[in-house]
Order: sequence, then structure tokens, then C-alpha cells
Amino acid sequence: MLDLLSGFIVELRNAGLPVSLTENLDAMTAISHIPLEDREAFKYALGATLVKNHAHWRSFETVFEVYFSLRGPEYSITDGDGDGSIDDFLRQMQDAQMKGEGNGGAGGMDQLTPEELMNILMNALMNGDQAMMRALARQAVQRFAGMEPGRPVGGTYYLYRTLRNLDLDGMSDKMMEASRQEVGGELTKLEERLERDEYNHRIEQFKQEVEAEIRRRLVADRGAEAMAKTLRKPLPEDVEFMHASRDEMQNLKKALQPLTRKLAAKLARKRRHGRKGPLDFRNTVRHSLAYGGVPAEPKFKYPRPAKPELIVVADISGSVAAFARFTLMLVYALSNQFSKVRAFVFIDGIDEVTEYFKKTEDVSEAIQRINTEADVIWVDGHSDYGHAFEVFWEKWGKEINPKSSVILLGDARNNYHASQAWVIKEMKQKARKVYWLNPEPRSYWNTGDSIVGEYGVHTDGVFECRNLRQLEAFVEKLA
Amino acid sequence: MAPRFESVQQVRDGLKAVNYLADDGIAGVAFLADRLGKPILVEGPAGTGKTQLAKSIAEMTGARLIRLQCYEGLDESKALYEWNYKKQLLRIQADKNSDSWSDVHDDIFGDEFLLTRPLLEAITAEEPVVLLIDEVDRVEVETEALLLEILSEYQVSIPELGTITAKQIPMVFLTSNNTRELSEALKRRCLFLHVDYPQMDREKEIVLTKVEGITEMLADQIARIVRSIRQLDLKKAPSVSETLDWARTLVLLGLETIDAEQAKETLHVLLKYQTDIAKAAKELSID
Repeated sequence: MLDLLSGFIVELRNAGLPVSLTENLDAMTAISHIPLEDREAFKYALGATLVKNHAHWRSFETVFEVYFSLRGPEYSITDGDGDGSIDDFLRQMQDAQMKGEGNGGAGGMDQLTPEELMNILMNALMNGDQAMMRALARQAVQRFAGMEPGRPVGGTYYLYRTLRNLDLDGMSDKMMEASRQEVGGELTKLEERLERDEYNHRIEQFKQEVEAEIRRRLVADRGAEAMAKTLRKPLPEDVEFMHASRDEMQNLKKALQPLTRKLAAKLARKRRHGRKGPLDFRNTVRHSLAYGGVPAEPKFKYPRPAKPELIVVADISGSVAAFARFTLMLVYALSNQFSKVRAFVFIDGIDEVTEYFKKTEDVSEAIQRINTEADVIWVDGHSDYGHAFEVFWEKWGKEINPKSSVILLGDARNNYHASQAWVIKEMKQKARKVYWLNPEPRSYWNTGDSIVGEYGVHTDGVFECRNLRQLEAFVEKLA
Repeated sequence: MAPRFESVQQVRDGLKAVNYLADDGIAGVAFLADRLGKPILVEGPAGTGKTQLAKSIAEMTGARLIRLQCYEGLDESKALYEWNYKKQLLRIQADKNSDSWSDVHDDIFGDEFLLTRPLLEAITAEEPVVLLIDEVDRVEVETEALLLEILSEYQVSIPELGTITAKQIPMVFLTSNNTRELSEALKRRCLFLHVDYPQMDREKEIVLTKVEGITEMLADQIARIVRSIRQLDLKKAPSVSETLDWARTLVLLGLETIDAEQAKETLHVLLKYQTDIAKAAKELSID
């Protein structure tokens, strides 16, 4: 047990969770108070002692599944069917199938059985029968995933194969149809919406069962350590913007909200505290009257720094679009920390998009509109930083003043156009600060058509901003 | 000291008896906290019953609840202890001539002149207590250090008096709305519990136990609508307490089931931003 647990903790650390030695010891003590056969309690005992940040919970769960999923009687892998009446039923069905094959040709029955399986699945989903769903997940994986021991294929491949065969999207529609018939007539729109949410929720549950089942089988095949390694995913704050998958993007979005709240609180606090000014002579004399003219209590001026004005100029061409979207979201979520925020987007043409944010309170809607409506294409829709900057300077250059900080977002991959770096130089002279945020790893800078160095020399700093952690650090510096 | 709870199930049943429906995680962590003698750091969105958990545990174990509400600028003299200066001054003036200096000195730094604040009070209490340190994320990072000694050793050091050690280890709950990252030192000393919005079934149970005179049908509908609303991308998702408010509103209106029109009219109880209300109404196709 001790070995297993220390392996588990090493894996948690590998996944990026900060687990200290004391926490490790706590976990050891904690599980001695918990009945080991209670898997849920065991999981929460480990979770409460080892994971101190909710954002890390998912990573913890994955590692936990891998290390402890095989232990426990109900999860033993007997090929296919173990417990419950449904499995018996399925076995009967398989028997029937065998007979069918004996009687009349293999092809026909092979076709039929999946359909029946689908029907059972649909019933299980409609009734929300958990046990049956689990059994079905097991059956589905066995039947459709086509898993072979030792085959070097990731779990997602098997998941895809299984789900493709099950056609769960169609299932949702069918279930809606069935529940309509049950009521006998039309559902009201509200009811329909609620039913659909309910079914989607159940289907999601079923998918997770399938995923867990695949994982269980893979662990049995390859061993926990190897499996944990392939499943290791970066924590939300370490996901790279440029390579984030759709799922990861969703998670990032979720992580963004608490982050902005935290940042806003921090910035406001920073502005209020820790700035001692020079002696406030008048105030000191005023207060000295209380002590008979002795200035016993010196008073200081607390400068109230003006909130900075922010101008964001973002490249939104394909390669860096995700990053630009993200930064804009963050900046606008924090917009009350700045006196004014203006946003410009470009590819090879440039357009102001401040209005989009003003009209709606919903930042994601504004971003959506930017993607569809902003006029950012001048010639061919390939990034041209030089031209975009030139136009920017011509049209809006006058409005940059010593209060405004300019943030330029992009990878500076200019497709070998002219750089027009003089714009940045001029900008620097007029603005308070000019920063450049680059979503590419530092080692890629100035390779190929990247000319970030050429622009960078004129700015107050070029920052690598590959993930949320780095972006957060930058914003904190900014205000 | 004898443990308070026998098993996780006992915690769960006990909490249910005082109308708090705990899930596996909550009951399990509360049980462990008692066994390990460690504080629990409860984190989660506003209105999910973090503070209520501490209150319910207190009620269930028959302990007194001592609450320390945190805010910016909280300091030692409000959290731990303070010397009663006025009384000390009076003591010195009362018999100026009789006592020698050392007598007075020993005397004015005695228990009589110590004003206990919540943390010290929890430590010195004779009877069982539950200490609730509410919204700990509101104090500055530096102030957090105040809590460390009491959380890990259950003792308070007062320079003039020495160290006061707890007579019994109290259950300690810290709640946080996560407006800032708490320091590693604090987190390390606590068990961590994230309380999220409840699953639909549990929310329905909560509505049924907390709202009097509600029909099962209505509770079910409420829980389902709230779940759907939470899936939307809102400024502020409805919390459990808002769900309960909504349920009470509907009961007061004398409804047994809810239809789209009534839902729309009462949506403002559930959601607090106009944009959210509009969005929810549109999404649930009830506008």
C-alpha cells in the first residue's frame, strides 16, 4: 500500500501538483482512519489532504482513476459481464446471437444485435438507470472499441471508435421523440428544454463511464505508471494558448473567470496600499494641534495614481487568434481597473473594435462579433504587421498620449513584409509604456519570418505569454 | 481526547438531522478533520452553504459556535487578544503608594486584564466549541500569519503571559470565496474541501427539506430549471440560497407546478443581473 501511495504521489507531482512532504504524511495518516474498501471515502481523504486548489482536482481525479481504479471488487475485470441482471440479459442475447449464426448466416444477426443494444441503452438512458448504464458502457467498449493488448494507441482512439458506433447524438433526438410520445402530444418549450438538458446530462454520464472503462482496460494492459504518463495533461494555467484543444479552451475559459476576480481584487488593493508619499505638511500641522502643537503624528501624502489608459492592438490571424481572443477577454473583464480601454485588431488591415465591447456586457458576444464583422483584411488575409501599424499610426496615432499604455499582441510573423518598425519607435516616445506580448516560446523568436526582435528593441519589454500563468503575471505588472 | 464521530455515515446522518444535506465529500472531510485534529478550509462559489456547514456541525455536536468574520485591516487586537488598557491604568492609579513596582507589574499583566478575542476564546473555552473563521481570503497575506500558530498547534503565545494551549481541540472551519490565492503555509495546515453547486438530486432534496409546504413535483421542476440555468454562460450563476429563495417565493404564490410564464415573472429572485435574466429567459424560450 505504501509503495502504491508513494507512486501515486510521485505521479501527482509529475502532473504539476505541488504536494509537500507534510501533505504526504497527512495523506498517510488520513487513510489509516478510513475503511479502505470504501473507494469514495478513500478518494476524498486523499483529495482533502493532497489537493489544495480546485483547479487541480481534475488532474487529481485522472491520476486517482489510473492508480486505484483496478482495486475494489466491483471493478474487477472479468471479460465483459460480471454482475447484475443486465449482464445476464446480454449474455442471453449473445447466446441467441450464436444460435442465430448457427441457423441462418452470420451477417444478419451481426447487424441486428447492435440495434438491440442501442434500444436497451436508450431505455437505460431514459430511465436514468445507473447500474445498467455502467454495464452497457462495459459491453459497448468490449464490442466496439476493438482493443488489443499491447497496441500502442491512445485511449482517445478507442473512445472515438466506441462512440462512433453508438451514435449518441442521434440518441438524444430519439429520446426527445420518445418522451414526446409518452406525454401524447407536444411539450411546451420549457419542458422540452428541460428534458433535453436532462438527457444530455445522462448521455454525458454514459460517455464518462465509457471513458473510465477504456482507461481501466488500458491500465490492466499497460500498468499504472505508463498509463498515467500518457494521460498526463497540463494544468489549466499551464495550457499553451497556441496549441489548446477545444476542450482545453473551454477549461481555460472557466479558469479565466475566477482569475479576473482575483486579479481585480489584487490590483485594487495594490493601488490603495504600499505607496507612501512625501510628508503632508499642512495635514501634520493640523493634527499637531491635538498635542499642543507638537507634531507627534506625522501625516503623509498618499498619491492616487491615475488609472492607466490601455490601448490593445491585437493580431487576430489564424495562428494567434486564440491568444488574442483570450487576452482581450481578460483585459475587458478587468476594464474597470483602467480608465479607458481601446481595442484594435488587425491581420493585414486594421480596425477599431472598442465599440463592440461597449454595446454589450457580454464579452464573449463581442469577441464573436469581432471575428465576423471587423474589417481586418486589406489584400490577402496574411499577417502584415508593417502595413497594419502604419495605418494605425496614421489614423489613431494622434490619440496616444503620455497616459496610455500600448499593448501589442502577436507572434510578429510578418510574412517577409516590410516591418515599419519606426511606428513602434514613435509610439514609444508618445506613450507611457509600450509592451509586446508574444505567445510563441522564446526559442522560436526571430526564427523564420518572426521579426519580434526588430520591433522589440523599441518597446519597454517583450514578454513571452504562452499560458494563463504568464498572462496573469504580466497583467499584474501592468496596473 | 475521544473522537466526536464514529464513522462517515454518522456525520452524514447527524448533519441530515439538523437539515444539512451533506454529500460524500463533505461528510468524509468533516470526519477526517475530527480524527486528524486539523482545520478544514472550505472553498467554493458564494451561497453554497460553506458557512452553514460550520453552523450545522456546531448544532449537531452541541458545541458553541465562535465566529471570526475576516475583513481587510483585521489585526491581532481584534482576532486574538488585547490588553485592557483602561483597566490597567485604573489599577495603577487605584493604589499608587501601597504596592511595589514588581507587584503592580505582575498584576496588570494577569488574566483579569486580558480581553479575549474570538481566536483566544476558542482556545480557552472549557466546553466544546466550533471555531468559524469566515471569508479568510479578505485579510491581507501578512495577517494570515496570525492564524498559523493557532491552526497548527492550537495555542496562542502572549509575550507577557507565555503560551496558552488549548484545553480541547476545537473543530475549525475556514471559509474562502477564493478572491485571492491563500498562502501555501495556510493551505498546508488545513484539509481542503471544495463545495460546489450540488447535483440536481441533492438540490431537490435540499429544497424539499428547507422549504416548508413544497410539493415534490415543484421541487423537482425547480431543481431541473436551476440546473439548466447554471449551464448557461452567466455573470453570476444562481446559488443554492437563491434557489431556496425562489422556491419559497413560488410556494408563497401558492403554486404547485410552474409553467413558463410564472417562471419568467419570478426569475428575478434567482438571477441578479438584467442581462442574465434576459439571457435565461431567452434560452429557456420563455420570453
